[in-house]
Amino acid sequence: MKPFLREKVPTSFDEIPDTTSYEAGYLVTKNAGWRSVRPIVDTEKCISCLRCYLHCPDGVIFRQDGKVAVDYDFCKGCGICKKMCKSGAIRMEAEK
Amino acid sequence: MAINAQTLNETEFFYGHKACAGCGGSLAVRIALKVLGENTFAVLPAGCMSAVGFNFPQLCFSNNAIISTFAGTASMLTGIEAGLRAQGVTDFHAVGFAGDGGTADIGLQALSGAIDRNDDILYICYDNEAYMNTGIQKSSLTPFGARTTTTPAGKNIRGNLRPKKNLFEIVAAHGIPYAATASVGYLNDFMRKIEKAKQIKGTKYIHILAPCPTGWGIQTDETIDVAKEVVDCGLWYLAEYENGSFILNHDPKEFTSIEKYLRKQSRFKHLTDKDIQTIQNSRDAKWEYIHRNFK
Ligand SMILES: Cc1ncc(C[n+]2csc(CCOP(=O)(O)OP(=O)(O)O)c2C)c(N)n1
Ligand code: SF4
Ligand code: SF4
Ligand code: SF4
Ligand SMILES: [Mg+2]
Repeated sequence: MKPFLREKVPTSFDEIPDTTSYEAGYLVTKNAGWRSVRPIVDTEKCISCLRCYLHCPDGVIFRQDGKVAVDYDFCKGCGICKKMCKSGAIRMEAEK
Repeated sequence: MAINAQTLNETEFFYGHKACAGCGGSLAVRIALKVLGENTFAVLPAGCMSAVGFNFPQLCFSNNAIISTFAGTASMLTGIEAGLRAQGVTDFHAVGFAGDGGTADIGLQALSGAIDRNDDILYICYDNEAYMNTGIQKSSLTPFGARTTTTPAGKNIRGNLRPKKNLFEIVAAHGIPYAATASVGYLNDFMRKIEKAKQIKGTKYIHILAPCPTGWGIQTDETIDVAKEVVDCGLWYLAEYENGSFILNHDPKEFTSIEKYLRKQSRFKHLTDKDIQTIQNSRDAKWEYIHRNFK
């Protein structure tokens, strides 16, 4: 459902396109290092309203076991999900 | 059934991008692509969304997407639509995502031409109210009073001296089949408008207000609240233009405080009470016009 992090980064010229096109959704770097706080979902409190998922600018919240989870490889820690959650199911925790 | 968070396509088409945390523009692009679906060909001119989406080899669009010249969003859409049609492709959408500068200033001629030809394209302007990708310069969609690097706030001049260009009505004046305004603070309304635009043949234009924490001087988690507040205080409005008439989608019974909206953004920090009164007067005049002319 969502693009994934590739293991292989093109390193030599023959892996780099000589046309203007390349594979869509090709991800080789994470955004996790941008974050100073991370959202933590309390699945007990979560009512699966999906407001956090809808408003996440990075689209990194996804459904899991009837609740939601976060793809921490790409979450930037903006805190919008926490603000959108009316059930108080998301808290922001400092990255160590 | 109307699209909402529960029914929205779960596939992500704009993922892993390098937009600042809390970027409203990236949310507008993400949501629009989810509503439009896989068979969408996106054009992104110079601006934040192309800069953060294509950093080879990190390519953040999962659908077909291409960068255009700064001025050429609409003309490239015209070409893509014609090219696909010539190849016999039938089930697709050609969509453009251009900034306020790319739309209201340098791209306006191409957009006007496409509307004139009534090309079957969807043009979305994500309006962050300045040239953000080059470091916050004023565009013709920067609101009165806002501080940018080209409209500084000092002793003699307090930010931008000119009002925000009325692009929605300028586009509508072409007699376009469909035009709408939106805000990332009202995503259900935005999704409904994209869904509607999908069904309409000819040129469609959607203008979505998309706060930029970096350029507006707000916290990264305030993007949605501020985008909601700008509608609630009456400095932006949710409307449509269809079959030759304007329709107001949301009519706030009572406006929230303009002062509160402005004061929380550092781009407006310098404004005097008199400046705020000027802004309030222009809001009231605008709403008088809206109530007179919109259904
Ligand atoms: C012809 C041309 N002039 C100037 C530029 C430099 N430039 C690149 S992005 C940009 C700002 C774009 O502003 P806007 O359209 O509002 O989009 P934003 O960056 O705010 O998302 C400018 C001036 C360019 N790429 N091409
Ligand atoms: S903190 Fe921001 S990027 Fe991370 S999941 Fe929440 S809304 Fe998305
Ligand atoms: S907003 Fe809160 S309650 Fe709703 S899905 Fe997200 S975590 Fe669960
Ligand atoms: S500068 Fe503003 S519009 Fe550009 S990526 Fe950052 S938050 Fe988004
Ligand atoms: Mg802009």
